[in-house]
Amino acid sequence: MLREKFTDEIQKILAKYPVDQKRSAVMPLLYLAQREGGFVTKGALQEIADICEITPTEVASIVGFYSLYHDEKAGTYRIQVCTDLPCALRGADEFLQKLCDNLGIKVGETTPDGKITVEAVMCLAGCHRAPMFQVQSGDELEYHENQTVESALAVIENLKAKEA
Amino acid sequence: MSEHILLRHLQIPNLDNLEVYRQNGGFDAYRKVVTSMQPEQVIDVVKASGLRGRGGAGFPTGMKWAFIDKKNFPHYVVANADESEPGTFKDREIMESNPFQFLEGVAICAYAVQAQAAYIYLRGEFWPVAHTLDQHIAEMEDAGLLGEHLFGTDTSLRIYTHLGAGAYICGEETALLESMEGKLGQPRLRPPFPPAYGLFGKPTIVNNVETLTNVPLILANGAEWYRSFGTEKSPGMKVFSLSGNVNRPGNYELPLGTTFRELIYAHGGGIPEGRKIKAIMPAGASSSLIVATEEALDTAMDYESVPKVGAQLGSASVIVIDESVNIAWLLNKTIHFFKHESCGKCTPCREGNYWMVHLTERIAKGHATQADVDLLYSVAGQIKGKCFCALGEFAIEAVLSGIERFPQDFSLKVSAAK
Repeated sequence: MLREKFTDEIQKILAKYPVDQKRSAVMPLLYLAQREGGFVTKGALQEIADICEITPTEVASIVGFYSLYHDEKAGTYRIQVCTDLPCALRGADEFLQKLCDNLGIKVGETTPDGKITVEAVMCLAGCHRAPMFQVQSGDELEYHENQTVESALAVIENLKAKEA
Repeated sequence: MSEHILLRHLQIPNLDNLEVYRQNGGFDAYRKVVTSMQPEQVIDVVKASGLRGRGGAGFPTGMKWAFIDKKNFPHYVVANADESEPGTFKDREIMESNPFQFLEGVAICAYAVQAQAAYIYLRGEFWPVAHTLDQHIAEMEDAGLLGEHLFGTDTSLRIYTHLGAGAYICGEETALLESMEGKLGQPRLRPPFPPAYGLFGKPTIVNNVETLTNVPLILANGAEWYRSFGTEKSPGMKVFSLSGNVNRPGNYELPLGTTFRELIYAHGGGIPEGRKIKAIMPAGASSSLIVATEEALDTAMDYESVPKVGAQLGSASVIVIDESVNIAWLLNKTIHFFKHESCGKCTPCREGNYWMVHLTERIAKGHATQADVDLLYSVAGQIKGKCFCALGEFAIEAVLSGIERFPQDFSLKVSAAK
């Protein structure tokens, strides 16, 4: 499936690494696999294993180890709020709590329409512009910095509108 | 306004445009080294400049380059753009706003260590930055600055980006290499160090983004010019990432040896709402807590002076903490981070952080007794010196210094416990 859908992109990825080091392509290929559904399916796992000439278990271990890979479906958009120390000193915990209250969900949950998941994540290198979050969708990421609950809700409304 | 050699985009508009960069001397240094210098001569200039690694370790850059194994080829250069330390956001600004100076630094390093391929390992969250760098790399290829037979010589170079996927440990250079090879990001036993056994088992130089961004101007203007900034043992300029309880957080490029006071008050605008400063973490979450006395504020931020007030300069990610913050709460925050980011390879770090997160949570919530504080101190002490890599060792810096230097914050939490 991946190989048929993304033939050229897979070749481009493999061309970055020495011919005998196909395994290095596992990370970019996992991003490719997440592009449509936002998570890595069992089928994609097997296919990536075949391309990289490693076992599906090894690919699954990579999915488990790194925070940006997912093996379960969540909201179309993952709102990932940094609550580490520098952000927390600028009110990130209260921001996250109020954002969730406004959406009527708890941290880690998805809105009933299946569009928005809110998560607390580790440092995103935006400490000077806290509160801040990133939106992960498919294989894309976008930063939103210097946020208030109101501006974040506006971002979310825009995302929902985009989806509809 | 201070001089900029790294954040030059603050003085030159549109520096992220290749033409603008070239009009301002961009790639002249690269052309010079490729057409008129031997690799060893380039390394000698970098050695003489006294440039030290800006990722945190402060290791002399020229010396690292000279360690490359010249009997084993191919060689690789890997730029460490995994910037994940809580409090650090300098490499992101450099790559976003002055990307060609960074890429020129990568290219000069590759020439000096005779590598024909260089990789930039960016943290996965920098997806948009990687996307833009890919475009810049293509522009350089079109302009004949990357590819084969550069400037009519036998030199060739390709630069590739590689995205991580959210793992702090991959900032550790050997974990980064493992990750690039498509494995779990877990550190390797050192020695052998990467200049002998690095990416794909080949000699590799791993340098931080900021370190490499210094290189073009050092080659253009000479080692002596570079040494006119900073102190004798810590020469040059440094980007300080200032965050936490300050009025104007942000990146400030200042000479090494600038005092905490100047950074926090003159540049950062002091503490919000007239509150008093309480503590400083000069190296992000990995830092010991400095008690913010007058003497500490007057301390020079360089590799030699910061240890005198009980911490390290590290990557110079200065987190300011004011009197409204309880240090027990702070430790719960930092340990929560390290527990999440421990790669699980070695027991002291994996188990130690697990137990410390439970203890700090109980203490921060006011559910603990003094025995819990003593136990936390003891667990941290048992982790010390026993970890496979620096992650575990860094995790306990704030714990030990916090309990030693701010005991009243813990008493407050303990006495409130029921």
